[in-house]
Amino acid sequence: MSRFLAFIASRLVIAVPYLWLLVFFLVPFFIVFKISLSQSAIAIPPYLPVFRFNEGIEGLLRGLRELSFENYGWLLDDPLYVNAYLSSLKIAAVSTLLTLLVGYPMAYGMARAPHSLRPVLLMMVILPFWTSFLIRVYAWIGILKPEGLLNQFLFFLGLIDQPLIIHGTTAAVYIGIVYSYLPFMVLPLYATLEKMDYSLVEAAEDLGCTPISAFWKITVPLSLPGIVAGCMLVFIPAVGEFVIPDLLGGSRTLMIGKTLWDEFFANRDWPVSSAVAIILLLILVVPIAYFQRAQARAREEEN
Amino acid sequence: MESLGSTRRSFAPWLDPNAEPYIRFENVTKSFGDFAAVDDLSLTIYEREFFALLGASGCGKTTLLRMLAGFEKPTSGRILLDGQDLLGVPAYRRPVNMMFQSYALFPHMTVEANIAFGLKQDRMPKAEIADRVAQMLKLVRLEQFAKRKPHQLSGGQRQRVALARSLAKRPKVLLLDEPLGALDKKLREATQFELMDLQQELGLTFVVVTHDQEEAMTMADRIAIMDRGKVMQVATPAQIYEAPASRFVADFVGAINMFEGEVLEAAAGRARIRDRSGVEFSLDNGGDASAGTTAWLAVRPEKVQVTRERPDGAVNAMEGEVWDIAYLGDMTVYNIRLNDGRLVKASVLNSLRRIEDALTWHDRAWISFAPDAGIVLIR
Amino acid sequence: MAGTWGRFNIVALILGFAFLYLPIILLVIYSFNESRLVTVWAGFSTRWYVSLFSNRGLMDAAWVTARVAFISATVATVLGTMAAVALTRYTRFRGRLLFSGMVFAPLVMPEVITGLSLLLLFVAIGFERGFMTVTLAHITFSMCFVAVVVQSRLLSFDRSLEEAAMDLGATPVKAFFQVTLPVIFPAVISGWMLAFTLSLDDLVIASFTSGPGATTLPMRIYSQVRLGVTPEINAISTILVGIVTIGVIVASLVNKRRRVRQWRDEQTAAQI
Repeated sequence: MSRFLAFIASRLVIAVPYLWLLVFFLVPFFIVFKISLSQSAIAIPPYLPVFRFNEGIEGLLRGLRELSFENYGWLLDDPLYVNAYLSSLKIAAVSTLLTLLVGYPMAYGMARAPHSLRPVLLMMVILPFWTSFLIRVYAWIGILKPEGLLNQFLFFLGLIDQPLIIHGTTAAVYIGIVYSYLPFMVLPLYATLEKMDYSLVEAAEDLGCTPISAFWKITVPLSLPGIVAGCMLVFIPAVGEFVIPDLLGGSRTLMIGKTLWDEFFANRDWPVSSAVAIILLLILVVPIAYFQRAQARAREEEN
Repeated sequence: MESLGSTRRSFAPWLDPNAEPYIRFENVTKSFGDFAAVDDLSLTIYEREFFALLGASGCGKTTLLRMLAGFEKPTSGRILLDGQDLLGVPAYRRPVNMMFQSYALFPHMTVEANIAFGLKQDRMPKAEIADRVAQMLKLVRLEQFAKRKPHQLSGGQRQRVALARSLAKRPKVLLLDEPLGALDKKLREATQFELMDLQQELGLTFVVVTHDQEEAMTMADRIAIMDRGKVMQVATPAQIYEAPASRFVADFVGAINMFEGEVLEAAAGRARIRDRSGVEFSLDNGGDASAGTTAWLAVRPEKVQVTRERPDGAVNAMEGEVWDIAYLGDMTVYNIRLNDGRLVKASVLNSLRRIEDALTWHDRAWISFAPDAGIVLIR
Repeated sequence: MAGTWGRFNIVALILGFAFLYLPIILLVIYSFNESRLVTVWAGFSTRWYVSLFSNRGLMDAAWVTARVAFISATVATVLGTMAAVALTRYTRFRGRLLFSGMVFAPLVMPEVITGLSLLLLFVAIGFERGFMTVTLAHITFSMCFVAVVVQSRLLSFDRSLEEAAMDLGATPVKAFFQVTLPVIFPAVISGWMLAFTLSLDDLVIASFTSGPGATTLPMRIYSQVRLGVTPEINAISTILVGIVTIGVIVASLVNKRRRVRQWRDEQTAAQI
């Protein structure tokens, strides 16, 4: 009896979350794909064709014939969309690099800090992550605005006589992404750096490496898994970022997340926004799969 | 091998007043906060010496080694190598190499690349590096493992890669931090002799840190016994064992029986001591004892005889009961409980023991030892 | 390793943490500003907190968000823990690769895609958008975060504890509930807290999946921010930051106390 119960329990433990994710995560992608092949319409829901199961096979076939890849052709023809994709990738790549440049010294400093200090430092990195993303982005508006705190401060120092225009530019988007995603970069970097055996660096110095060359030859290669994980954790979500370009960027900052949002909420063009999402997904599938494989490998090595 | 053995026996530069020490620690102190890991320590090591730093964990031996390697700066004092003050010379410029306790093999590099690493830092020509690496691989018999990564090797093989890597640059001094600590007992014993042969063959100075006294006794020319940041004694293994300078050293190395007593008479090197229980001992080697003071008489178990009757003419003897017998194969260790409850350890070689009349549990027995068997310690 | 924590490291940390905290600190300071202009200091005042509590829209949104976060975090914790157990304990079952992919993909999936796809699902199955749909959406993405947190704890869990329980006669199910779950419970709790804050925080997915009458706090804040910076937003931000900070600090203190007590118990036990 108890054996039977254990068997049922083990099946349930797998089946319940599995089904949930199938229904609420995987299936929706197919729906998005299907709708991306539909046409926009002034109706509820705002697209055609709508499959109605009471119309039987006939209706289904008629519906299928109406699907087309027209939206995709249209997207790829329109430089606005192509540019939005390219500029998203560029902004995400640049800000990932910047985040790495800011995050690595921090993670390194934490990993080399006295043992007793490390938990506190770790909590200090995690704490902003718990506070609202929206609020943290909002905080930067007040700083970067022409009459904002940064400009006031620079005026006060006498460094400028004209306010710097940062808010509403791509630079502000970089700052916003680096700021918001910094913990995602620091945490995996810290994890690998902290695990690293410091005697390896000492061994390299013992064998004639200067501290700087030991850093490049030993520390950096050995922290590569952390670098990859951190960069992926920043890059992938940053490509589709909406809040940051919307609140900090200007009209000339093209990012695909914002394009999708506008297409959906302003133009109410569900099929086109679905097509935008599908292409974005296709672009991200490679890094996501790579990231997953790297994670799985890291987990295996740990066991 | 024969000839190597004989050179080893005649090697004793520390006895030569004209010999110039190769490494000098001069009043070196290293403090971490208000804890002195190394406390006003002075020590000299000679060229081609196999020198061991022996002590329990936390005695400061590893800190001493790390200061020599350049990973820690002394709080005060000087360290000289071949006449040159090492203060201000960073680790990567010192002509010493270290074999790390964890081996510290670079996991992202092959065996070959690990060994070549130090040579590349010196910008040695490629062909020469290849030659040297091949030579090192041969030395540690790992030729067929050149392309492997460290995690594809056994513990013993990793140890040999670490050794080869630290030897590749032909350092003046090789520092070894618990070189055999991670190996199992059998492998450890075999490797001890390999290390000794290697040191002889290459004519290098070895400074090894260990907590294993057997290891230190086997390998080293001289041993420094350390405790709480200080050197308790520096001497050859035989001297450490036979003539420990203090109770700490006597107790730390090997097993020992210690009798506390009052010195009744001390003259011309001889001493008479009255034990707590009133028994009087007479010793040939009175050490620095002086009459009227407290001293300790130390006797190794193998120098204690156990007999049923008091041996005729025995100078130093006490009566007791056989309390425990441990049969160890080559020898048997008796714990004899004296009448006042103290236990005395005596070990008897089984080749000398008569099986038919063997003592057994709770037999009455006498322990005795010759006047030259013990040593009197005043510290 | 003493001595390796050089000046460079300390400077890097100070600058890094200044960058992380300065914006939040400024935000909090200016929430007490008398002036309507957020960037000009005109004296200390709590008037924006007062006006905040009379802002019906914000208060309603806060109440909706709190309920959504509580329900979704609780369900997500149950589902996420199950997923973590499934991934660590059952290394072989059909579709495991897909399963682990579905658990980890939402962690990095751009929110606009998750939001859009969930919305289209709800439309396709004829679910009316509102409180329910936001909650379902939040459960879906936060359960994955819970799964990751709990999984990392389970991986370091000593399985011989469970084996010992079974050796002593507990069924596998009992062993899980009486031995494993109590041990990994701190991780489950932090998973819940993470899910709760993720839900509190979410703007994009909620905007897609919510309907009339279920406006969440981030949605309300967002629409106000778009109209310009107002001290009221600073005030509510300060309250949110305060709640989270207190929550995290209390949690870590509790955790630390527990560890210290455990340590002390071990010390006294060693002396006996």
